[in-house]
Amino acid sequence: MSGTATNPAYVTGGNGGRSARAADRLRRIDRVGDGLLYGLCALAALLGAVVLVLVAYQMVHGASPAISKFGLGFLTHTTWQPNFNVFGAGSLIYGTVVSSFVALAIGGPIAIAIGLFLSLLAPKGVSGVISPLVEMLAAIPSVILGFWGILVLAPFVQSTLEPWLHDTLGFIPLFGPPQTTGASVFTASLILTIMIVPIIASISRDLFLAVPREMQDGASALGATRWEVVRGVVLPTTASGVTAASLLGLGRALGEAIAVTQVIGAGSEIHANLFETGDTLAGRIANQFPGAVTEMHKASLYYLGVILLVIGLLSNLLAQWIGRRFDYTRGLAK
Amino acid sequence: MSEPASFDPTAPLIASGNLRRRRAVSRVTEIGATAAAVAAVAVLGIVVFTVVSRGAKAISFDFLFTGEPTGIGPAILGTVLIVLVATAIAMPIGVLIALYLTEFSAGSRVSRVVRSTLDLMNGLPSIIVGLFIFALLVDHKQQSGIAGSVALAIIELPLIARGSQEILLLVPNSLREASDALGVSRWRSVVGVILPHALGGIVTSTVLAVARAAGETAPLILVCSVFDPRKFSLNIFEAIPNIPVTIFTLSEEANPEGFTRAWGASLILVSAILFASLGARALLARSRARMTQ
Repeated sequence: MSGTATNPAYVTGGNGGRSARAADRLRRIDRVGDGLLYGLCALAALLGAVVLVLVAYQMVHGASPAISKFGLGFLTHTTWQPNFNVFGAGSLIYGTVVSSFVALAIGGPIAIAIGLFLSLLAPKGVSGVISPLVEMLAAIPSVILGFWGILVLAPFVQSTLEPWLHDTLGFIPLFGPPQTTGASVFTASLILTIMIVPIIASISRDLFLAVPREMQDGASALGATRWEVVRGVVLPTTASGVTAASLLGLGRALGEAIAVTQVIGAGSEIHANLFETGDTLAGRIANQFPGAVTEMHKASLYYLGVILLVIGLLSNLLAQWIGRRFDYTRGLAK
Repeated sequence: MSEPASFDPTAPLIASGNLRRRRAVSRVTEIGATAAAVAAVAVLGIVVFTVVSRGAKAISFDFLFTGEPTGIGPAILGTVLIVLVATAIAMPIGVLIALYLTEFSAGSRVSRVVRSTLDLMNGLPSIIVGLFIFALLVDHKQQSGIAGSVALAIIELPLIARGSQEILLLVPNSLREASDALGVSRWRSVVGVILPHALGGIVTSTVLAVARAAGETAPLILVCSVFDPRKFSLNIFEAIPNIPVTIFTLSEEANPEGFTRAWGASLILVSAILFASLGARALLARSRARMTQ
């Protein structure tokens, strides 16, 4: 059977040798075209993995002088003195973890509440307006948020919020006496909160919307109040997704450089008091890399990059794994 | 145990005791959730209001179209250029990845790995992308606009790929089947049927990625920050002025006049980004609704 006769795409009109040749040519073009498109697509798909591997390689390669000099002690060593060629990431890891977790502790519940409001409480017209507005918050560039943080948020935090927190919760060492400028770990956490709330809120809104209506109706029919429906049905079925969303938000907070470096005050010591200055891994890189001259200074900043990359990839993989492993739609299918 | 209350059929139906408490709790959480949403919108409002009210003072013809010290024209031009080149790199690759996921490996193990890689790329801190491009393209050479573009392309790529993939999934299978039934080869049906059908959605997800990339500062600080802010430049092989780095530099100097310029630059950047992403979102919702009809 000849493909030429049965394949309408190749019947271009007329018959005889000329159209057969033309059909043959078309078929060759199609074979090449199919192969080419597949090849290009596969190459492009491979590119993502290549980029990730290259990123990891370049980080480790750039950091190798610092890795061989300081070893793993770099992680716990807390002095960072470029003039004396002494580097350690301890205080930066501390600052990164504290600022991000405070941001998650403030932002997580707020974001989940927003998700609940948008998916279950608000009338369709209202959520249609509020949803994009919340997502706009994520679209504001971090440099502008940081600039706003220095000039508007930090003075307010320093003059009002910090004294108030110190007065009411001062018995907890985290809320020590406020400092003279508003640049502090706490201010950085607030900025990070603003950045991660829209991320977690929009993911959890989508999760809550996907909870089967019948399950909620069933609970309501048994006499559950709205909150009891949320606590008994909506949150348990989406717990894994919400956890994954929070981890994604945490990953974003851990890696944010610009806004943090603008408001955190670039301190180099570890303080229990959130109102003191501090610094994070990403913030230190953004702040010092452009001005780093010595080999070891640069290598140490690359080393910070390696740590950040490992933390970032781990939190992201964990989020993906939790999202897949405990996917509630699978549980329902069983 | 108290004796059961006597039944009074004429009493009004008001919740009492435990039910009253449960309702109150429910009410409080509802109010809390609403307050959270209001707070988020209020923060957006405050930030935008600050940027607009302080930035509007700086805006003038000179500000938009001349270089330092009167304006930020070169930075506007530079940002447009860097982002355009970044999109020119990222968009074709992103669409090809999306095609690979939907047309060539749908549901397979490979496509899961590719999607997971895209998510990891999306989660890369932008400062890491900056360090990477610095090590790859700038170290021992010089800063350049193209290095900034490549960095932004890495940031845009996963967004464009995932967005396009979602749109391509909405292209009705009947179109693919009809195309196959007519004996049309795969690449012709992709180029002639599937892509045109999904074009609107692909373009809008690209615009969203552009809006995200336009404000990225961290990579540019490392790979494209030492420039001459007075000179309009279209040469992407040298460091060219751009808005994010301009705002960052001005914000680090304690100079009130510089602050005004930084607010002005912020206003331009924010309005471009908000306008683009609001518009793209509206279009995306419309094309999605049309495709799922």
